[in-house]
Amino acid sequence: MKSVALHLGVLVLLVVAQFLLPSYHANNLSRILVLAVFAMGYNIAFGYSGLLSLGHALLFAAGMYGAGMLVHHAGTAALLALLIGTLAGGIMATLVGLLALRTAGVSFMIVTLMFAQVGFLTILYFNGVTGGDEGIALTAPERQFIGLDLTQDAPRFWVALVLFVIALAANLALVRSRFGRVMLAMRENEERSRMLGFNPYVVKLQILVISGLFSGAAGAAYALLFGYIGGSFASVQYSILPMLYVLLGGAATVLGPLLGAGLMFYLIDFASGLTSAYLMVVGAALVALVLFAPKGILGTIRERWLPWLP
Amino acid sequence: MAAVILSATGISKSFGGLCAVDGVDFALEAGEIHALIGPNGAGKTTFVSLLSGRITPDRGQITLGGEEITRLPAHQRVREGIAYTFQITSIYPGLSVFDNVALAAQAHGAKDLHAAVQAALQRVNMADLAAQQAATLSYGHQRLLEVAMGLALKPRVLILDEPTQGLASGEIAGFVALVRSLVPETTVLLIEHNMDVVMDLAQRITVLNHGQVLARGTATEIRANRAVQAAYLGVEDAEG
Ligand SMILES: Nc1ncnc2c1ncn2[C@@H]1O[C@H](COP(=O)(O)OP(=O)(O)OP(=O)(O)O)[C@@H](O)[C@H]1O
Ligand SMILES: [Mg+2]
Repeated sequence: MKSVALHLGVLVLLVVAQFLLPSYHANNLSRILVLAVFAMGYNIAFGYSGLLSLGHALLFAAGMYGAGMLVHHAGTAALLALLIGTLAGGIMATLVGLLALRTAGVSFMIVTLMFAQVGFLTILYFNGVTGGDEGIALTAPERQFIGLDLTQDAPRFWVALVLFVIALAANLALVRSRFGRVMLAMRENEERSRMLGFNPYVVKLQILVISGLFSGAAGAAYALLFGYIGGSFASVQYSILPMLYVLLGGAATVLGPLLGAGLMFYLIDFASGLTSAYLMVVGAALVALVLFAPKGILGTIRERWLPWLP
Repeated sequence: MAAVILSATGISKSFGGLCAVDGVDFALEAGEIHALIGPNGAGKTTFVSLLSGRITPDRGQITLGGEEITRLPAHQRVREGIAYTFQITSIYPGLSVFDNVALAAQAHGAKDLHAAVQAALQRVNMADLAAQQAATLSYGHQRLLEVAMGLALKPRVLILDEPTQGLASGEIAGFVALVRSLVPETTVLLIEHNMDVVMDLAQRITVLNHGQVLARGTATEIRANRAVQAAYLGVEDAEG
């Protein structure tokens, strides 16, 4: 009950913020919501299940290019493109997982990183269709979403919010389900889980696919909402970012990804206004985090004060 | 003679040059409590790991209920009804006691999770600890939690690897009663160093030494066996 109230409260806050904030920040909020969906996907693999992937940019890019190229080259309707982009994330996660999940730990990190680099280079190589480094700007007609004009701030926010709400509800339902418990079991003690009759390979593949669906949905939405697809979204930076969001907000918390994405977004925004070496500032913030709140903000709050926090 | 539920024929496993299990033949009869004893390093844990599928044998065959399972992965053997409780406590330290047992119950396909968890916890007298985080339990309670997880799997064969290790003497009496109450629905294979527990519970005993079967028989037969006395019981006496 408390948790339902909390999540509804957060949603109300988001809606109010959209009306009160000036356009620049309201737009940032839309971006943060979409990035938070990506981070939720990452959190499902990393935070809840202990799968430390360095290749999630590939899943985000699968959604982004799946949706973006469909609307751009094939004139597909935006809603259908969003759905296909979501699936593309899941399918890509399946392909990566089938191979990468034969490894664990550091090898898993390296294999996922390599897959993502292959994806990144593939996008650059086929620049005729993908736009390569420069990317493709989606035109206004390509960004009409069930009658909503996504080039406008307000519709963009509402679509981002609806996507976020769906993701949030799915995330909550998942972690409260029996499967959610198995996810934690994978993270806590894989050998024990095997000796309870769970097939770790299959379970982890399922987790990765769910994570890929979230990431794909975020990538697809990002393309449609902000009208641009580009190779940089497949670069290693976009594998690291969701990890930072999750670590900052709190791994294995449902709202951590939103909080982490929001704070990190503004931290980068603020730091890059001060200095071109803004990554230094981000680095310093992370060191502070690891020293003072290794479980992230909500992880620490849950540990100290709110044990019921999902 | 009762039907054999789990059997091994000529099973062997080496680690490097060391032959930890060396051509063991073994048959577990449905409904019995069977103790597996032997000195430290005799190969007991390795042998039951071969039965449960945690490690694969170099040679030999394993059958469950007449079906060969030698190549079946461990998780599928669990689903076929072989449950293993670890000698070195292996629980989910970060999860609650409830969640630990719930994972076993849901793996078994329990419809009513709460009822299944409560039932398993009640059998080990830990029902009031359901909300506690497993890492904060006493060592003895962690051992019992491990047993509760085994029970929640509702296995056909329950393999207990030194379950009383670290239990207080008061807890041991309760544990003996618990194991006795499991048969004949469940068949129990018990690795145990506490001879009182073994003699109290086991209908049959198999003694391993240097990876080989040194003796097998009833409690009385084993007690009277000179070779066993020399290799194992004698050592135990000398220590105690
Ligand atoms: N994974 C392994 N790698 C190498 N050697 C091993 C391994 N597992 C067991 N051994 C060795 O195999 C032998 C049998 O070990 P095992 O653990 O089966 O004995 P045990 O009878 O269970 O002993 P204990 O009573 O101490 O539990 C020992 O010499 C042990 O050191
Ligand atoms: Mg042992």
